[in-house]
Formats: sequence, C-alpha cells, structure tokens
Amino acid sequence: MTSTEVLLQVRDLVKHFPIMRGTLIQRQVGAVRAVDGVSFDVFHGETLGLVGESGCGKSTTGRAILQLYRPTSGSVIFEGVDLVGLKGEDLRKMRRRMQMIFQDPYASLNPRMTVGQIIGEPLIIHGIADRKEAQERAEELLRLVGLNPAYTNRYPHEFSGGQRQRVGVARALALQPAFIVCDEPISALDVSVQAQVVNLLEDLQAQMGLTYLFIAHDLSMVRHISNRIAVMYLGVVVELADRHELYNHPLHPYTQALLSAVPIPDPVIEARRQRIILKGDVPSPINPPSGCRFRTRCPLADTICAEQRPEFREVAPGHWVACHMV
Amino acid sequence: MATKPSVNPTPSQIADLTMMTVKPRSLWVDAWYRLIRNKAAVAGMIVIIFFLFVAIFANQLAPHNPLQTNAGKSFLPPAWMEVGPNGRPSDPAFFFGTDNLGRDVLSRTIYGARVSIVVGFLPTIVIVLVGSVVGLLAGYKGGQFDNILMRFTDVIYAFPDLLFFIIVMVTLRETFIGKLLNGLFLLFMALAIVNWVGFARVVRGQVLSLKEKEFIEAARCIGASDARIMFRHLLPNSLGPIIILSALTIPGMIITEAILGYLGLGLTPSTNPNDIFITSWGALMLDGQAAINAQPWLILPPAICVSLMVLAFTFLGDGLRDALDPRLQGTQ
Repeated sequence: MTSTEVLLQVRDLVKHFPIMRGTLIQRQVGAVRAVDGVSFDVFHGETLGLVGESGCGKSTTGRAILQLYRPTSGSVIFEGVDLVGLKGEDLRKMRRRMQMIFQDPYASLNPRMTVGQIIGEPLIIHGIADRKEAQERAEELLRLVGLNPAYTNRYPHEFSGGQRQRVGVARALALQPAFIVCDEPISALDVSVQAQVVNLLEDLQAQMGLTYLFIAHDLSMVRHISNRIAVMYLGVVVELADRHELYNHPLHPYTQALLSAVPIPDPVIEARRQRIILKGDVPSPINPPSGCRFRTRCPLADTICAEQRPEFREVAPGHWVACHMV
Repeated sequence: MATKPSVNPTPSQIADLTMMTVKPRSLWVDAWYRLIRNKAAVAGMIVIIFFLFVAIFANQLAPHNPLQTNAGKSFLPPAWMEVGPNGRPSDPAFFFGTDNLGRDVLSRTIYGARVSIVVGFLPTIVIVLVGSVVGLLAGYKGGQFDNILMRFTDVIYAFPDLLFFIIVMVTLRETFIGKLLNGLFLLFMALAIVNWVGFARVVRGQVLSLKEKEFIEAARCIGASDARIMFRHLLPNSLGPIIILSALTIPGMIITEAILGYLGLGLTPSTNPNDIFITSWGALMLDGQAAINAQPWLILPPAICVSLMVLAFTFLGDGLRDALDPRLQGTQ
C-alpha cells in the first residue's frame, strides 16, 4: 500500500504567533512558539499519525502545512512545489490537491448552507462544475461516505455528529485531493461512532489512494490507523518511527512515558503495567526551555540537554529520534 | 461500511426513515415559526402592516384634504364630544376635530404616517448596507484597517446626535439638498450618518467571533476568496443580529424624526396638495402642544400613533431576537 515515494516534505517548519501589546501603536513583546522546527516526510499512500498532548502544536503543524496559517519559516514541499510563500491563484490550484477534515463537526459546517451546497462549494469555486453538476456530484459524494444522497437539501443542524463528520469528509473529497490532513477527526465523536468514521477513512484511502496526516491524541486509535507515527512535544517532533517499532521499542523518554499511559484491555497485564509518571507541567511555549524541550521533565536529563538542542537523527532505519541519551 | 441485506433495519436505515418523513427546514424557516408563535411580535407586525397600509393609501383613506382650511370651523372638538371647551359643537365630518385653521386632524394624522414609515425604513436600509460592509471589512481584514475604521466610528459615536441633527438641519435647510423631499432627504442622510456606526460595531463583533470558527477555515481550505468568505459565509451568519438591530433601530428613527419635527427642524410642512409628504407626526405635535390643555385632540392622535409604532417595532424586534437566537429566549 505504501511506497517510498515522498509526497510531502516538511523541513524546519516554524510557526510563531506574535504577542502584541499596545492599543494604537502595537509592538511585538514575544511569541508563542507553537511549532519550532519540525521536519518529516509523508510517503505516497500512507497514514502518518501525529500524536502529542494538547497544546503541543500538532494542529498548528497541520494547518501550517495547508497554509491556513502562514509558516514563519521553513519549507513545505508538496508534489515538488514549495507551498510556503505561494500566493493567490497558485496557492488556490494547490488547494485542490490537499484538504482537511476538521475536529468539531458542529463548527466546521456553515449552518446557513445546505449539505449539498457545502459539498458542492469547492467544485463551484474551482470552476469544475456548475450549480447543477455540483448538486449531482454532492449526491454521489454523500453516497460515497455512507449517507443517503437525498440529504443534499438538508441543513447541518438536522444531522448527528457522526453524520456531520461524514459530510465534512465528503467536502474534503469533492476536489479529489491526494493528501488530507485529519485534525482529530474523531475526538468530538461518540466512541461508537468513532470506529465507523475511522473505518470510512480507511475504506476511502484504499479506494482512492489517499495519503493522510492523522492528528490525534488517542494513542490506540492512532496505532490502529497509522503506518508511521510522529510524536510531538512542545512544538518539536521528538520521535518518528513505524508504528510497530514505535510501540514496541520507544526510544525517547517522552514517548516511553506517553505509551506507558495507554491502558491494556487485559486485567492481568494491566495490573503489571508500569506507568512512568512525568513530574510537573508542560512548560510555556512562549518561553520554552533551552536545549532539549523535554529536559525539565525528563528522568534522564543531563547537563548537555540544557546546552544543546538534540539533533533529530535516524538511529535505526526509519526510526528517528531527538534525544542526547539515545 | 458495507450494507448487508437483513430483515431488521440497521440503525442508520431507521435514522434514514425518520429523516425522510421530516421536511428539510433551514434555520430561517425555524426562526419564522418561532416568531409567529410569539404573540407580542405578531401584534407588532399587525400594527406595522396597518400603518404601512395607511401610509400607502393615505389619499384614499383620508376623509378630507389635509391642507384644506375651513373658515369658522377651527378648533372643533372630536366627534364624540358634543361641545368643545370653546363652546363650539362637534361636527361628525371631522372625527378627531380640527386645528387652528380648521384642517381635519384625522386626515393630517393619516398623512403623517407616511413620513414615519419612510423615515423608519429608508435610513435603516442605508445604514444596514453601509454598516454591514464596514463591519465585515473591519472584522475580517483586521489589523490597521480595522483600527482606523473603528477609531473613525468612535469619533462619530462620541458626537452628540441631536446637536448634529440640529446643526445639519439649520445650516443646510435652505440649500438644494435641504429642499429635496421637503427636507426629508437631508434628515435621512443625517440619521444614516449617525446610526451606521452602531451597525458596523455589531457586525464587526459578530465577524470577529465567527471568523475563528472552523467552517471559515474550511472555506479558506477549499480555496474560497475573501469576498466569498465575507458575503457567503460570514454575512449570512451575521444576519440574525443585523435583522434584530434593524427592527430596534427603526423606532429610534421614528422618535428622532418626531423630536426634530417637534423642534420645527424636521419636514418642512407642505402647502402643495400633490406632495407625497405633507406633514409629519412630529410637526402635528408641535402644532398641538400650544393648546395642549384646551384642545388635547390636536396632540393626542399623532402622539398615540408614534407610541404605537415604536412599541410595535420594539415588540417585533424582541420577537425577532428570540426567534433568531433561541439561546437568549427568556432573558430580557
């Protein structure tokens, strides 16, 4: 299913949100370093899971890749084109190739538009279809995501959360993109519905050869859907590996702590499970620790960790980690 | 999710069946049903439609020419009084009595409705258009543009309204603009200039909260232009507050016109029977207040009409607020 052909290349991606003070004349007094030097590749047809606790910059990374937030620096090379700095019509053309599925199905659909209008809008914007064709296409897409095609004249408030998320998926698929950023697409859903949506995403991937960047904080779900997994902490990727490799041989102390928190559905093993409890809180991204971001909470931290930022290096084939102690 | 053929319907099929039996309803239709269940709002609508009807068909409805003076019939009491305070008997032909020149009060009040209706609606349309566009731009573009626009609105907001009207009306009265539509055009402009600011602020606030929503991000993601996002996504979702504010602005306009008319600064009373706008309720109240103790029938009909109209729009505005924003229902 997956190839080694690189679809998306993210290099040293940085997104800082400036903090402004002053009423009339504003000046920058600092920055939230939401994403601070992230690099990874996404291969054709794979699902790359992006995990981390809330506020670690995973959603910002997804949005910066799609240029919904303009990156502060770095490059995002998608199908050979650097998206950073791309403007106007050029950027609009690239948008046809990459889409996003949003977290909150209640906020991501315009409440004043019918489902048919929502799904058909991308086609009209890009001049692919006229109003009537867009309507027909919307019906096809509804069928594709497992909804009744007669629903095109319904409004979002008439649907349940899971159905709305399917509408969101249909909208993302309308332009037949190659790459979809799934920003916690199941976090807002009922557990029983989560599996349905994940299965739908997997089916669509198999049918249409899609590539996903799957952002989530549910580790077991990420393990289920992803081919490879990247772990983020405070704006940086600390570890990236094949899912089996990552779950069986986590190298970074943060990944180890994170995985030790996953409950095991077997009471005997669960009773023996050793949790690594991290001390303290996540430091503020406005003023992150020097050197290694994780050193303030790391059980292995040494003097070098405060002085040098660990290099993100390949320690085994396909297994990347940013830690001095590995 | 392969659909297996089975005897028992799956939950999604049941959901389909329940959904197919319910007609699709937009949020606007839902709001309309909530509105017409609100008795006060419906009463308000009926009163407004009644005055609208009176204003349009004033020519046909008025029993007399509102400008026609009747010598020897001045200060006649209303029809239900036998004798007025000045000893004159009432005349059934003049239902609300007559004024100092013997003109029919009922006919003049009927013609006055035209000014109030027009003064309520026309400037409101102008300020809704201007205020919405400015608010959308300021809220969506943000930054320096927003800063400049909002400081400009602060300046207008800080200027005393009535003083502005008086200055404008007094200085420009005798110019060409001041004479358009018997001075009403100038009044519309003055009202619009002062009031668009409030609209721009409300729309801007609405846009500021809406533009952080995911559906706006989704629109950007599918490649929608700024104009499309503003007019197809942000504006329809801001229309609720705009409609509510419009309905609540109209009574303010009507009252301001009445106040200015009462000060003698509103509509220039016309002597040409072919004019559309002959007199206003404010001007009628000015006429009536001189003799308020002896001849109260002069001031009461226009005063009651102004109150009714203002109350009607206020009830309708409250009803619209409850209907368009059900979360606020019950809060006053």
